[in-house]
Amino acid sequence: MALRTEELMLNMGPQHPSTHGVLRMVVTLDGENVVDVQPDIGYLHSSVEKMMENRTYLQNIALVDRGMDYLSAMANEEVWVLACERLGKIEVPERARYIRTIMLELQRISSHLIWLGTFGIDLGAVTAFLWAMRERERIMDLFESATGGRLHHVYFRIGGVFEDLPEGWTDRCEEFCDYFLDRLPEYDELLTGNPIFLARTQGVGVLPLETAIAMGASGPVARASGLAYDVRKAHPYEVYERVEFDIPVRSEGDCFARYLVRLEEMRQSVRIIRQCLERLPAGEIRSKVAVTVRLPKGEVYARTESPRGDLGIYLVSEGADRPYRVKIRAPAFSNLYALTEMMRGWKVADVIAILGSIDIVLSDVDR
Amino acid sequence: MPTEPQYVPRSQVLPLDKALEVIDALPGGGVILTKVEEVLNWGRAASLWPLTFGLACCAIEMMQAYATRFDMDRMGIIPRATPRQADCIIVAGRATIKIAPIVRRLWEQMPEPKYVISMGSCATCGGPFYYDNYSILKGIDQVIPVDVYVPGCPPRPEALIEGFLKLQDKIKKEPFLRRRIARAAAAATQA
Repeated sequence: MALRTEELMLNMGPQHPSTHGVLRMVVTLDGENVVDVQPDIGYLHSSVEKMMENRTYLQNIALVDRGMDYLSAMANEEVWVLACERLGKIEVPERARYIRTIMLELQRISSHLIWLGTFGIDLGAVTAFLWAMRERERIMDLFESATGGRLHHVYFRIGGVFEDLPEGWTDRCEEFCDYFLDRLPEYDELLTGNPIFLARTQGVGVLPLETAIAMGASGPVARASGLAYDVRKAHPYEVYERVEFDIPVRSEGDCFARYLVRLEEMRQSVRIIRQCLERLPAGEIRSKVAVTVRLPKGEVYARTESPRGDLGIYLVSEGADRPYRVKIRAPAFSNLYALTEMMRGWKVADVIAILGSIDIVLSDVDR
Repeated sequence: MPTEPQYVPRSQVLPLDKALEVIDALPGGGVILTKVEEVLNWGRAASLWPLTFGLACCAIEMMQAYATRFDMDRMGIIPRATPRQADCIIVAGRATIKIAPIVRRLWEQMPEPKYVISMGSCATCGGPFYYDNYSILKGIDQVIPVDVYVPGCPPRPEALIEGFLKLQDKIKKEPFLRRRIARAAAAATQA
């Protein structure tokens, strides 16, 4: 006699230690196998796009820090000031462009470190979390001495940056680069060669290239599926066209490939930082822009490569001192919707590994 | 015919509601009670287990406070993943109107005695930015009672540690047993 079975609906979240914030997943299970996953989002919706219409261009810099992806505040500031500068045709001094690139790459490392730590915790490797936070704390020190903030910096300005780098900062940054490259092989020992880690990530949650493109996935998630696309190369901004770096691409498309891509991206970031520190020119850090700047009537789309992927802002101005409409293209949102494709057919324990591997930030998803 | 075994509530074996009268009548009884309370409170304050519940940016600083350099484990603060094992909840970040009932339910699932730390200005009052906003709750204290407010946007890990120290001070001064006996007495008179 065949055993009568039926599908089980399981709620994961919004309070779950591995949902990376407040995501609720409605998982349909057949035994241990995942039949379907429906992400339920909106638990952190803070209506940033609407709020931006009521604030001046300068005030919005502080808002995008918090309202968008809070793990990479610099990347949010960058895409916002980039949109404003393109619309207003505002020149940025050379030195400011180099400083911005350094900050963006430091932010990429710090964001990937948080991901590495939480991914380790999700898979039971708590040491990775403690080690990643140790490295990240050094970056926080660098940020704090340059910008005054640890998590939210409000450092970029339309037409430059807020303040010049403090004395000795470049030396400390150089020191950090050496320290960090020294520490990275430790993660290889801890995770890359770890049989438990390999068993839980290798071949798990494969996202084929066609699906990745169809779902609009970007960033490390798409690059791990074999899509050699990086906004820093395709549409260069700041000084990315002048520095040498590689885009790590893997063809496997599984959780382990996403891990390897991010690990290699951190090495490339250090490479970019070093080149920028070498060539850092002297001079002005901000061009003259009024505090309540009025941008001309028009519309613009700016895109950057945030640690999570292709981050874009569509900005419409009516000539006032505040935007008429802002639309944010959030990379984590698109990556989240590739999740269902990745999870179908895997066991319920793999759900955590797959969710951890795409590195979502719910603030970026919900906005 | 066998009868059902009578269920004897514990407070009838040891009449908790009468305990205060007996103890206070003894010479030095109140002092002993206070000393026992002090020992219990010392233990409770040194093993606060908060719920791991991160809402937004403040959760990152909360993680940093648990991790290397700040290491809240050395004060006995160990994160727990389920509300049923937790003593306190840190509301770290902005709470939307959609998440508010869930925070309330998590708080209700925690066993007594329980404490709430409101971390960051979003959880405290709706934040420095979200005043003209339709989706953010203007302060988590509209939903659950808050013991300690930690200011900042986001507060530094040191600020969160200071918040925990304040909470420990509060726990150490609590008339824990007296309150419990009074509650039992109130329940007895009601029944």
